[in-house]
Amino acid sequence: MRPALRLLLLTLIFTAAALPSHAQSKDHWKHDVSATDRARTNPLAGQLAAAEAGAKLYSEHCSRCHGDDANGRGKKPTLRGTDVTSAIDGELFWILKNGELIHSMPAWSQLPEVQRWQLITYLRSLQVPAAPTTSAPPQ
Amino acid sequence: MIVAALACLCPKVAHAQEPPYFVTYSHILEEPDNLEVEYNGNQSTPANTNGFVSSTVELEYGTRAWWTTELYLSGVSVDNDSTIFTGWRLENRFRPLLREHRVNPILYVEYEDHNDADRSLLEVTGHDTVSNLTVSNAEGRAVKERELELKLILSSNVKGWNISENFISEKNFNEPEPWEFGYAAGVSRPLKLTASARNCTFCAENFAAGVELYGGLSTTEDFGWHGTSQYIGPTIQWNIPHGPTIQASPNLGLNDNSLGLLWRFRVSYEIQQFTNRILHPHGGN
Repeated sequence: MRPALRLLLLTLIFTAAALPSHAQSKDHWKHDVSATDRARTNPLAGQLAAAEAGAKLYSEHCSRCHGDDANGRGKKPTLRGTDVTSAIDGELFWILKNGELIHSMPAWSQLPEVQRWQLITYLRSLQVPAAPTTSAPPQ
Repeated sequence: MIVAALACLCPKVAHAQEPPYFVTYSHILEEPDNLEVEYNGNQSTPANTNGFVSSTVELEYGTRAWWTTELYLSGVSVDNDSTIFTGWRLENRFRPLLREHRVNPILYVEYEDHNDADRSLLEVTGHDTVSNLTVSNAEGRAVKERELELKLILSSNVKGWNISENFISEKNFNEPEPWEFGYAAGVSRPLKLTASARNCTFCAENFAAGVELYGGLSTTEDFGWHGTSQYIGPTIQWNIPHGPTIQASPNLGLNDNSLGLLWRFRVSYEIQQFTNRILHPHGGN
């Protein structure tokens, strides 16, 4: 067999072997997050302006797949579920940077880091229960 | 017209987040099921031949998150000559590594079917020089080129900057020609990294700027710079929120084989979840 053909064949076999291993990690992407990435903390945590900017970014880049209210759309997952609520900041930052390409979640590494943190701040704001409304009429 | 028609059909569009390059590719692929419709034009008035305006319509579709397909349809209008269709290209880009790395490789495969009147200058390879642009449309359309183009794209995102390098190889199967080589490289950055909370059209965050350098590297028989054309140009991009992306660049020729000045212009619309909109026009999945 010619060396070039052998190289091509090896490349194809390697690619085919690599794809299923990614497919198996569908529910286990958090295992791929390195300790360094996991240790990252959101420098904008709890900042209202960051959450508002994140809401704008969400509307531009994420809402068509995950829904305007982040409850998911069709096969695209909700961002209010435990996958997101139980994830720590570093894990969310990692998934935004790397995506899950094999499962159609694109990588958003082209967004500047600070914008990814703004998005995470917005996602966190969705998890805060709304303040109870008072039913008593004003005096 | 196509862009305008699609804009009417699909009012909710988003701007692409691709770096502001015209020739250089980065590792940013189209998001799955998104369709980007682009008009890509260039104009030049060479010193010793007729001026021209070349137009290319590009349809870029995210087949998978790791696979982008693109169709190009090109034409040219030459002063004191005519306006003709010059050919088409079909391109596929694959991302073999599914995670983000310091340097991210993309494999690019393209089939081209165009004639010698083509002036789209989507890439520069081999001994492509200004003398190729002196041919009339009638002469040029008689010469068909069917080419295979392969690129290795290397790209990195570092602290808001994008740095991309492309190595290009091209083979014309209609003529007994050697493989031709070329390169393209670009650096770019958004003018502001932080998004503002308010909706704004002219915010610095909606603009990106960069520099692009590209040119030929001769052929397998005489690899190098000799007898090639080389260009450099600053580039600016304006992402209009929920609207089109507009991009412009003056490219300067760096030697006598190059055009003195080549203006490039692009407008693009990204339609999110394209097939989903067709299958479910009233929302839903």
